[in-house]
Amino acid sequence: MAKYAFFLGCIMPLRYPGIESSTREVMKSLGVELVDMQGASCCPAPGVTRSFDQNYWMSLAARNLTIAEKMGMDVLTICNGCFDTLFETAHKLNHDPELRKKVNKTLRDATGVEYNGTVNVRHFVELLYRDVGLDAIKSKVKGGKNLKAAVHYGCHFLKPSNIKKIDDAERPHVFDDIVEAAGMTSVAYKDKGMCCGAGGGVRARTPDVALKMTKENLVNMQAAGVDVIVDCCPFCHLQYDVGQVQLKELQQKIPVLHLSQLLGLAFGLEKDKLGLEVHQVKVNL
Amino acid sequence: MAEAKVPNPEFTRKVIEQGGKTVNLCFQCGTCTGSCPSGRQTAFRVRKVVRRAQLGFEEDVLPSEDLWLCTTCFTCYERCPRGVEIVDIIMALRNMAVRKGYMAEPHRKVAELISKTGHMVSLRDEDKALRKKLGLQETPPTVLSDPKMLEQVKKITELCGFDKLVASGGK
Ligand code: SF4
Ligand code: SF4
Repeated sequence: MAKYAFFLGCIMPLRYPGIESSTREVMKSLGVELVDMQGASCCPAPGVTRSFDQNYWMSLAARNLTIAEKMGMDVLTICNGCFDTLFETAHKLNHDPELRKKVNKTLRDATGVEYNGTVNVRHFVELLYRDVGLDAIKSKVKGGKNLKAAVHYGCHFLKPSNIKKIDDAERPHVFDDIVEAAGMTSVAYKDKGMCCGAGGGVRARTPDVALKMTKENLVNMQAAGVDVIVDCCPFCHLQYDVGQVQLKELQQKIPVLHLSQLLGLAFGLEKDKLGLEVHQVKVNL
Repeated sequence: MAEAKVPNPEFTRKVIEQGGKTVNLCFQCGTCTGSCPSGRQTAFRVRKVVRRAQLGFEEDVLPSEDLWLCTTCFTCYERCPRGVEIVDIIMALRNMAVRKGYMAEPHRKVAELISKTGHMVSLRDEDKALRKKLGLQETPPTVLSDPKMLEQVKKITELCGFDKLVASGGK
């Protein structure tokens, strides 16, 4: 059984713990073992932390990476923000010896441990596609409804694509393929691939601007007649879920599921394992 | 007649040093602005931010609200025909702006929470209750349940001077 150091981050364990329980259950049924990273912190969140101090951003991220290094396991995350912070930091430290020296001095003084560049950072969508495979996912599907899904990739799963090298950033397919393997239909919609609006600290600083971007996406998804929005990032998830309540003018609301919850539904997990009761937009699927 | 502004290569050099090494490759085509989801909703024009960084117009760019309307979606970065690492330029500029005191209170609060608790949101009783109901460890196995590991985070905060930056609001 493949083992991974499971990086929790913040929004998933503290606001949508149903994403955590779904991920744990779904991965177990696919033969992927997740091991907790004792004492990990916020990735830290790129929007504010990187904007304030890139050195601090990388130093905290590097501390998280050293926990996985000690465990001898690659890191697995289900969040685009955590993926970006951890992946970009590992990439920068692996390619810039001077920078690594500087960050390692801070780490040594604070923790007694250094970053060695021995683990990879994996995003669960990419792991499902490349390692687990579509056939294994298909084999776990227990029937259920064929929902029309608006797949939202978010920004930091695939981009910057020159270092992430997962899929074509303009016309990706890996996430859609997984949703289809789960027995759903991934529906095309206008400007699919646009940012949800929340990132870069915009949601915290100018929530009205963030919501304008969210609304544009929602209107486009509605026009395509979808039953559900599927995301692969708890922050996009929060923006769509809470955003639809804040956008009072929207007549119709679309339930929002993280891919782990959608797979949970498709695999026939007990509904009370999915933690859907905290979703602001009611999920009756 | 308005006076022409004089470029300030010293400021441009700082942008380059802090990660904006591709700033001088920009030839102002505007592909970035045309791709920007935030610019569709606001008057933010990312091409102008890059131009100001290139010319070293510090007083125009650092106090500007525009700098904070970027969601870091990387669409412009992907499409720029000159390979300008636009998000890295924006990050370099933001790092400088907060040190001039241009730090919004909601951002300062998030930064403070991360540096003090190791997480960007808090653990409330209702979160604990739901976690328990879902069969998860009530307090996540992160710094929240490990005070010694939280001390490491605080030490890094101190060593990087992040506690002082956040407490002073950059002023
Ligand atoms: S797309 Fe690139 S070259 Fe064109 S204006 Fe923007 S940064 Fe400059
Ligand atoms: S990264 Fe920022 S500036 Fe570039 S397109 Fe996205 S929101 Fe606009």
